[in-house]
Amino acid sequence: MTNSQDIQFSTEAMEKVRKIISRYPTGKHKSALIPILHIAQAEFGGWLSSQTMDYVASILEIQPIEVYEVASFYSMFNLQPVGNCLIEVCRTSSCWLCGAEDIIDHIENKLGITVGETTPDGMFTLKAVECLGSCGTAPMMQVGADYHENLTIEKVDNLLDQFKTDNKKSRYC
Amino acid sequence: MSRKLLLKNDHIQGINTLKTYKENGGYSVLEKALKGMSPDAIVEEVKKSGLRGRGGAGFPTGMKWSFLAKPEGVPRYLVCNADESEPGTFKDRYLMERIPHLLVEGMILSSFALGANTSYIYIRGEYFYVSRILEQAIEEAYQAGYLGKNILGTGFDLDLYVQVGAGAYICGEETALLESLEGKRGNPRIKPPFPAVAGLYGCPTVVNNVETIAAVVPIIEMGGDEYAKIGIGKSTGTKLISASGHINKPGVYEIELGLPVEEFIFSEEWCGGIKGGRKLKAVVAGGSSVPILPADLILKTANGEPRLMSYESLGEGGFVTGTMLGSGGFIVMDEDTSIVKNLYTFSRFYHHESCGQCSPCREGTGWMERILKKILDGRGSLADIDLLWDIQSKIEGKTICPLGEAAAWPVAAAIRHFRPEFEAYVTNPDSIKDIKHYYRLKN
Repeated sequence: MTNSQDIQFSTEAMEKVRKIISRYPTGKHKSALIPILHIAQAEFGGWLSSQTMDYVASILEIQPIEVYEVASFYSMFNLQPVGNCLIEVCRTSSCWLCGAEDIIDHIENKLGITVGETTPDGMFTLKAVECLGSCGTAPMMQVGADYHENLTIEKVDNLLDQFKTDNKKSRYC
Repeated sequence: MSRKLLLKNDHIQGINTLKTYKENGGYSVLEKALKGMSPDAIVEEVKKSGLRGRGGAGFPTGMKWSFLAKPEGVPRYLVCNADESEPGTFKDRYLMERIPHLLVEGMILSSFALGANTSYIYIRGEYFYVSRILEQAIEEAYQAGYLGKNILGTGFDLDLYVQVGAGAYICGEETALLESLEGKRGNPRIKPPFPAVAGLYGCPTVVNNVETIAAVVPIIEMGGDEYAKIGIGKSTGTKLISASGHINKPGVYEIELGLPVEEFIFSEEWCGGIKGGRKLKAVVAGGSSVPILPADLILKTANGEPRLMSYESLGEGGFVTGTMLGSGGFIVMDEDTSIVKNLYTFSRFYHHESCGQCSPCREGTGWMERILKKILDGRGSLADIDLLWDIQSKIEGKTICPLGEAAAWPVAAAIRHFRPEFEAYVTNPDSIKDIKHYYRLKN
């Protein structure tokens, strides 16, 4: 059993949540689920624990299963903990044609992890993802809300160093 | 220079702000229409324009609008499909990022025409930063009196919201999008009923692509008849093309439909030719799901006519020798490209994105991905190529939504046009050792 009483949105986040719910007709507040899950993920450590999902269910007055089935469907929701800084490198056609595999290999070597893994210090998680709509500026990677495009090895090195220095968190809400 | 309707002002500094957008004529079409035209007159102009859905299917927009049911006392919705996820496509992102007010103006105009008082822009979650740009533009539009109650004193009310998705290609399918907007998994609905009758919250709904809605602004500005004079035949107007791959100048281009493909690829005005002076091998002309064509068939039809950037010309020859304009996601591959590896990236994509609702797609996409991996790894056989063909033919037409076709067509076309390359992978890998399946950054 999880206890959703143990966690709570900040006042600021709760304000956002209320505003989102008001966008929909009366009784259609379930429409707010995905936007609220984004906020919840940003608020509670970059991933959605069952406790977090139960809490969201209680806010929307829906069954927890309605949250689980949605959270598990969409690729942006992490159901396992991820590093502070989630790096998502596109690997589909156009990015592949422009050297995405070179980027992925380089990041793997530099961070000492393979795709899907997190560095032991919990700083970085590396994911290979499907087309992010940056085909004309390939290769690319997304970190939080930011698109980093026309990547080169040097550019990736600089970004990774910068992220480490800034203790960058890839939250986007 | 080619004529521009959507991107004519994209280079202007500050065009993302209401002030600059207005200084360049923005919202004047809306004012003219709201004060001087009836909703039906707007629908009529869109019909006359011959505008076809720019998301990929190419269905006539005016006709789609005319199907909208109008029962008394039931709200109607306009939903903009900004879930741009078809590999090779990034035009909507460009348009929304550069000229967000063009979409906002188009949404207000179209909502007025359709009698919708609440409208949503559903944008893919990864475009989070673009959603912020749109929200900013919407806020400005509210403050200027273009949104909200009694817009411009006409008595028309409209609330416009941005809804952010969370990573699912399938939500670009309009009924999956509506499910997602209702806070559910993006499982496509069985049609009928069509959204025009029972869409968002069971109410009559029109779902249109970003570029389609933006195009309504110039159509009302110039009139449907004038718009229809641009382009060629039933491919009227302009189209945004997302050009990527092995070309010198990747990017988003607005073309007049009917431009020869050869000119588009090789002219300095457009893609600027193949990178490194290499030869053209193949093109995926309309996003990952449309059939790939080898150089000879993308430049000329099987009859030897120049191939044009239009719905009809790209479709000439059916799937045997032709393809589709689709979303305008134009991926160019040079002579060294491994068609098998490119197809593998597509099949992996479709496997990842299948919603899992229909067995042929859920099982078939994974099966095709695994066979392609096997072939790439040198463990394949000739029988695997036939098996791939067999699987794709058993997905096509047997699923609730077109993701099944989208996954099947690239496989069929790659085998149809490049079978010897598949065979070389399994019988004589030495003969294709110069083909690249790993690209270095500098190639």
